[in-house]
Amino acid sequence: MPDGAPATIEVDIIINGKAQTFRVDPAEVALDTLRDAGLASVKRGCDEGDCGSCSILVDGQLMRACLLYTGQLHGREITTVEGLGTARQPHPIQRAFVEAGAVQCGYCTPGMVLATSALLDSCPSPTDEQIRQGLDGNLCRCTGYVKIVDAVRQAAAELRSGRDRSGGDR
Amino acid sequence: MSKSKLWNVVGTSVHKVDGAALAAGAPLFVDDELPRDLLFAAVKWSPHAHARITSMDTSRAEAMDGVHVVLTYKNVPRVMRTTAGQGHPEPSPYDFTTLDSKVRHVGDRVAAVAAETPALARAAVEAIEVEYELLEPVLEIRSALEKGAPVIHDELDAAMPIVAPYEPGRNLAAHVAVAVGDPPAALSKAHQRVTAEYECHYAQHCPMEPHIAVAAPDGYGRLIIRTSTQVPFHVRRIVAQACQIPVRDIRVIKPRIGGGFGAKQEVLIEDLVALLALRSGRPVKLEYTRAEEFTSARTRHPAVVTVDLGLSAEGDVEGMDMKVLLNTGAYGSHALTVGCNCGSKVLPLYKCDHVGFALDSVYTNLPVGGAYRGYGATQAAFAMECAMDEAAAKLGMDPVELRQRNTIGPGDSSPIFKALGEGTEGVEQAIGSCGLAECIARGAQAMDWSAKRQRRDEGRLRRGVGMCTLMQGSSIPEVDLGAASIKLNEDGSFNLLVGATDLGTGSDTVMAQIAAEVLGVTPDRILVLSSDTDVTPFDVGAYASSTTYLSGMAAKKAAAGARRQILEVAARLLDVPAGDLSLAEGMVKGGPRPLSLADVALSSLYAEHQHQVQSVASHVTQKSPPPFSAHFAEVEVDTATGMVRVLKYVAAVDCGTAINPLLAEGQVEGAVLNGIGYALTEEYLFDRRGKMRNPTFKHYKVLCTADLPELVTILVPSYEATGPFGAKSVSEIGINGPLPAINNAIFHATGARLRRSPFTPERVLAALE
Repeated sequence: MPDGAPATIEVDIIINGKAQTFRVDPAEVALDTLRDAGLASVKRGCDEGDCGSCSILVDGQLMRACLLYTGQLHGREITTVEGLGTARQPHPIQRAFVEAGAVQCGYCTPGMVLATSALLDSCPSPTDEQIRQGLDGNLCRCTGYVKIVDAVRQAAAELRSGRDRSGGDR
Repeated sequence: MSKSKLWNVVGTSVHKVDGAALAAGAPLFVDDELPRDLLFAAVKWSPHAHARITSMDTSRAEAMDGVHVVLTYKNVPRVMRTTAGQGHPEPSPYDFTTLDSKVRHVGDRVAAVAAETPALARAAVEAIEVEYELLEPVLEIRSALEKGAPVIHDELDAAMPIVAPYEPGRNLAAHVAVAVGDPPAALSKAHQRVTAEYECHYAQHCPMEPHIAVAAPDGYGRLIIRTSTQVPFHVRRIVAQACQIPVRDIRVIKPRIGGGFGAKQEVLIEDLVALLALRSGRPVKLEYTRAEEFTSARTRHPAVVTVDLGLSAEGDVEGMDMKVLLNTGAYGSHALTVGCNCGSKVLPLYKCDHVGFALDSVYTNLPVGGAYRGYGATQAAFAMECAMDEAAAKLGMDPVELRQRNTIGPGDSSPIFKALGEGTEGVEQAIGSCGLAECIARGAQAMDWSAKRQRRDEGRLRRGVGMCTLMQGSSIPEVDLGAASIKLNEDGSFNLLVGATDLGTGSDTVMAQIAAEVLGVTPDRILVLSSDTDVTPFDVGAYASSTTYLSGMAAKKAAAGARRQILEVAARLLDVPAGDLSLAEGMVKGGPRPLSLADVALSSLYAEHQHQVQSVASHVTQKSPPPFSAHFAEVEVDTATGMVRVLKYVAAVDCGTAINPLLAEGQVEGAVLNGIGYALTEEYLFDRRGKMRNPTFKHYKVLCTADLPELVTILVPSYEATGPFGAKSVSEIGINGPLPAINNAIFHATGARLRRSPFTPERVLAALE
């Protein structure tokens, strides 16, 4: 590149419902862009797609932000846990993680919560085996996963009953 | 569980105080809150296991636009010290300096830079030209002490800061030999003798958050270090030592930590960010990559442990001898104390008057050992508990019965407590609380042990069950200090400031519960801050299974002090003796009219006898009461492939009162699954030059949800009179069980006895032949 200045590209992404435009180096990965944009929940654990700490939902699909170029997100809708709920007003999945004791250090928790969301979207009443398969791309070193599986079970039950109350739209 | 009825908050699984914020992905970690004008650090690592730097040219790196500082051994102070985050003076050899002219393992430090971007920092590191004189490396633990072996620490200024044997000239980082009674005589006249050698391997803690630290000069000329650490006060002291600046010029802040497991009991990167920030005048961040975590952080010390047991025909243990050869890698971090723990946290489990223990910790040109959950007990329990299983087989006894016959109980003591401490003599103690017998009974029942023990498979897939018993400690007696302070706010809430370092375990929640119980409030009225060296009282940090037992008692004492002051204020306001009053449900009870804590606070802050209700307390222990545990594993071995599958795992643990049962279970489950991974899949693979071949999660297999066996945790209540509300420790003990329990189960299933971990298909097949 002349003068060493790389060409940048413009990327439009809807993040947690809000349209944003980024001007980035084409080689920039989404993990860096999203963290620089203040999305602290997207965690750096390995940079190689192995740990799942940087999981995000791209058009509802669970993906790892460290394996995506930011440019690949152009025109896509991204969800992070910031878009699900807050500490004072948690999403049922987040609440279930806290109640079940599935949060220890919390570094993997945002990714686990999103993996749960993706799983329950496609499979609202998962068996334990389906939970274990659904979350197997996300590593946790603190919990031994027992209480994470409990949390997913609890969240599934709560989401189902919530849907029942709201007329069962699924 | 009747004890829990005595308390309102203790013994209850209240939600983790930081749980909701963590689940919401709030910006709570080091990397989530960065200062402006940040520079990025990168480290140049040694590609060689053992070499001397003969020339180093940094001119190209320094000339790069945007590179601010390049540090080498030529421009940093040479201060011999240790990276082990231990109390002063550290019982680890001073064999390390920030940057040295010699490299001692692949992944050792060569140089460090600070630059405007991470990419530029990495490019600058690449631009540093280094020439090495290659030295012969020591890559095998057993050859380290051989005559004529290459000397790894040939520098003249390496020294041991405490009085303890240290002979770097023959690669000996630590040596201990103690004996009580007459072990050789007891062993030689025993009816049954078992001599067994077991070797366990390198492993990494793998916290999901890699090491990360940011150092920023403030406007007053001080250095503010935000770091992912288990030991903020030791970071402050050791960085001051490394940089040769006063302790008062450093403030260390520990925000939320993404897991530690001992990895972050090391002052590993804070010295570099501190020096780079001091030289550049700018904030500097250093964050390890996952590969660097494997090669350039700390590991579990591999060990060869030989156990010699002598038993009577009836199965009484009459003599025990343990010899430990510990591989401390290139530096002696925790080389003495992990080694001592091999004996002190394992040998006292069995009643015996004739006990010998010897340790050689040796240097090699391999990754550096350090503190890792279990801390020596993991390595030694593997050998001891497998040897006990061998003894049971030889005697024709059930392994459960052999344990029931020999394990220590309430009121018993062990001569080892006094003989073996943290590198020096230990502290005599009698066992207070001990629920081990119940752990064994309930664990065996949950596993359906008696029935499954009868099973004998003949086909390709063979099932078996194995068990082990365990102990650990709770803090280091007469060494560790925990302190806490608490103050009352206008709305009846309290700020509880603790040096105790929550690294994700939930200790802030446990501290809040303890204080809330004393003050008669709900835990959400206790605002816990941990830890900030400018703000919170001193605490040695989160290690040695000390936080609940030791720091929890400091929190309890501080809360009791605040309670006394509140009752004094209330007594004046209500005009009744303080002795008639008590605190419950956020109110002062026993007076003629209702009085809230907010009323007390408002009066003391604004009205009469104005003062801040505030209390500070310290705690040191005379004992290190062991938690006890019995583990049971059921495995299925594929005799055609050598694949071992854990079908069911039961861990019954006596941790005294579980202040928060859900969090205590979580500690056990996390430790057990980590231990199962260590037993079966996690392994460092080295090439012939000592370079790790698999520093990624793709090739270093950490267990995931799909690998989870049926895991049963049983909390067996006991009451430890010296702990807060009867509590002992729980965090470490669980990791020690899987190696022996699974190995013993493999033996039961197949008759094959593995003597080296991990139990990979290759090793299992070899053992089957």
